[in-house]
Amino acid sequence: MGELLQDIEQWRLPLGRWVAQFVDWLTETFPAFFEFLTNVLLGAYEALADLFTWPPDVVMILILGVLGLLARGWKFGIGGTAALFLISLLNLWEPAMETLALIVGSVVIATVLAIPVGIAAARSDVVSNAVRPVLDFMQTMPPLVYLIPAIFFFGVGVVPGLIATIVFAMPPGVRLTELGIRQVDQEVVEAGHAFGSSPGEILRQIQIPLARPTIMAGVNQVIMLALSMVVLAGFVGAPGLGQEVLSALSRVEIGPGAEAGLSVVILAIYLDRVTAALGTRSGTSGRLAKLKGRLAKAK
Amino acid sequence: MAAIRAEGLYKVFGRRPDDVVRQLRDGASTEEVAAQGATPAVIDVGFEVQPGEIFVVMGLSGSGKSTLIRMLNGLLTPSAGHVHVGGRDVAELDAKSLRQLRSEEMSMVFQHFALLPHRTVLENAAYALKIRGFDKEARDKKGRDALNLVGLSGWEDKLPGQLSGGMKQRVGLARALAAETDIMLMDEAFSALDPLIRREMQDQLIDLQKRLDKTIVFITHDLNEAMRLGDRIAMMRAGRIVQIGTSEEILREPANDYVAEFVKDVDRTRVLTAASVMEPVSSPAASTDDSHGGYDTVAADTLLADVFAMTDRRPLPLAVVDGDNQTLGVIREQHLLHAMVSADAGQDREQEASHG
Repeated sequence: MGELLQDIEQWRLPLGRWVAQFVDWLTETFPAFFEFLTNVLLGAYEALADLFTWPPDVVMILILGVLGLLARGWKFGIGGTAALFLISLLNLWEPAMETLALIVGSVVIATVLAIPVGIAAARSDVVSNAVRPVLDFMQTMPPLVYLIPAIFFFGVGVVPGLIATIVFAMPPGVRLTELGIRQVDQEVVEAGHAFGSSPGEILRQIQIPLARPTIMAGVNQVIMLALSMVVLAGFVGAPGLGQEVLSALSRVEIGPGAEAGLSVVILAIYLDRVTAALGTRSGTSGRLAKLKGRLAKAK
Repeated sequence: MAAIRAEGLYKVFGRRPDDVVRQLRDGASTEEVAAQGATPAVIDVGFEVQPGEIFVVMGLSGSGKSTLIRMLNGLLTPSAGHVHVGGRDVAELDAKSLRQLRSEEMSMVFQHFALLPHRTVLENAAYALKIRGFDKEARDKKGRDALNLVGLSGWEDKLPGQLSGGMKQRVGLARALAAETDIMLMDEAFSALDPLIRREMQDQLIDLQKRLDKTIVFITHDLNEAMRLGDRIAMMRAGRIVQIGTSEEILREPANDYVAEFVKDVDRTRVLTAASVMEPVSSPAASTDDSHGGYDTVAADTLLADVFAMTDRRPLPLAVVDGDNQTLGVIREQHLLHAMVSADAGQDREQEASHG
């Protein structure tokens, strides 16, 4: 009797083992799928990293500076250029561009996945209710935990970093897209119906344009989360500033750690401000639109 | 043929609407079905709107008038009953024919304008035409024409956010006019506007209607507005139509205490006409008498407000004449005073009591 009680007390639910078995099963059953995904993601990353590191540092800094100027004005343009130049002075430009390539790659993929899911969730309560717990799971699971199965599926390096980043960064994109579309003035949507628009026309001509600021705020959040995750992705061998942080950490060196950390912050602030500006500007005002207008006139 | 014919319309929100409709048909009260968690918004409503008529649905908020107008163009599906527009039953149409009906036969004007904030005034005005697939040139032309009709020429390239409330609603009106539909649904179209602007818009609508001869269903909670605009008025209360009639009919013979209470505050001198308060002449001989009994004359359709205004120049009694200068009746002092007293409310109550 006493032994039985002891057994019961020591028994635990082998959830972890089940998950591990499931992961094994997945990798053994669909090797071609994971190989394909690996090749695609790796190819995309390498193309982006080559593109960003191809111009000399100064040229790339100036390009980014001009983008900042167009998006937010001359103050930010000059400040941004100076801050980016600081990264270059720290001799961290190449890892910074690798990090940028990881971010751009994962953000594009996360956004392309998130926006349609958000739209579907906005249009159907069933989808919304099904998606919400999945998003909760993706957002609250400690990010390092994704990295473990990601290694199993994709090995060490860029790809598990990208996958973990996409999973971690996607939820606000879905949530804010859904919120934005649900918040569109119902009377305007009704006006669309009342003049005979089809649901697709209402989505394209009314809901998405009016939800754009909120959707862009979502994309902005996706970028911010991607940045924080991309550093952690250094743990699974993803290149970039994460590697610098990791090596500083493993050698307990304050100096290089601070330099790499500062570079991440500069990149983060730059990306945040530029994408936030793109979201709040409506289609008919703003520097980009003015520039477009001027170009159109010149033609 | 009627432009719009509604018969036996019900709209019940909540659970088991079919069942609730059955109960209501069997005489259940609104309170009884509300206790089951159902909200009957429209109950057994029927009416016909003639081509070229302004038909006003008047009721307080929660009376079901907005639900009713949305069933006319299929934005809401009736729980029971039918809406016929141009011989077609709206509820029977598939999605595509319904969209066609909305874009080609019925346009709509909204309380809060419902303009697309990211499109220019001209693009908003031409919205219906874009949906119908007109090319840009045709859209721009018709859009400009419609903006011209509502007095907004020169504002084509502005955004709705740059316009005042009254101007926004003019764009809303232009959007409905540019669609070139025979029927216009106007849902509290002027309710969000300042009183002065509202008045201006009402005048503009009356003026446009003289030229364009649309069939208009106009929803309002403002009885003065209803009486100014409506050829006929349907008074709604708690989902039911309690009376349909011209403003004069409703003012002179309110169907029940509720309507009587409502019309108490209406400026009667701007609704009643000379013909409606006169004492008709008895003999046909008198009506052909060119001297009009020696009295000054007033046209039959003159509003009482104007009759009052002329009494300082033309002493009472006045002879009421029609377009052929035939005498129809006489207005004496007591007729004018009598007309100012609220529609013999006591007498009506007696009538109701004897009916009930």
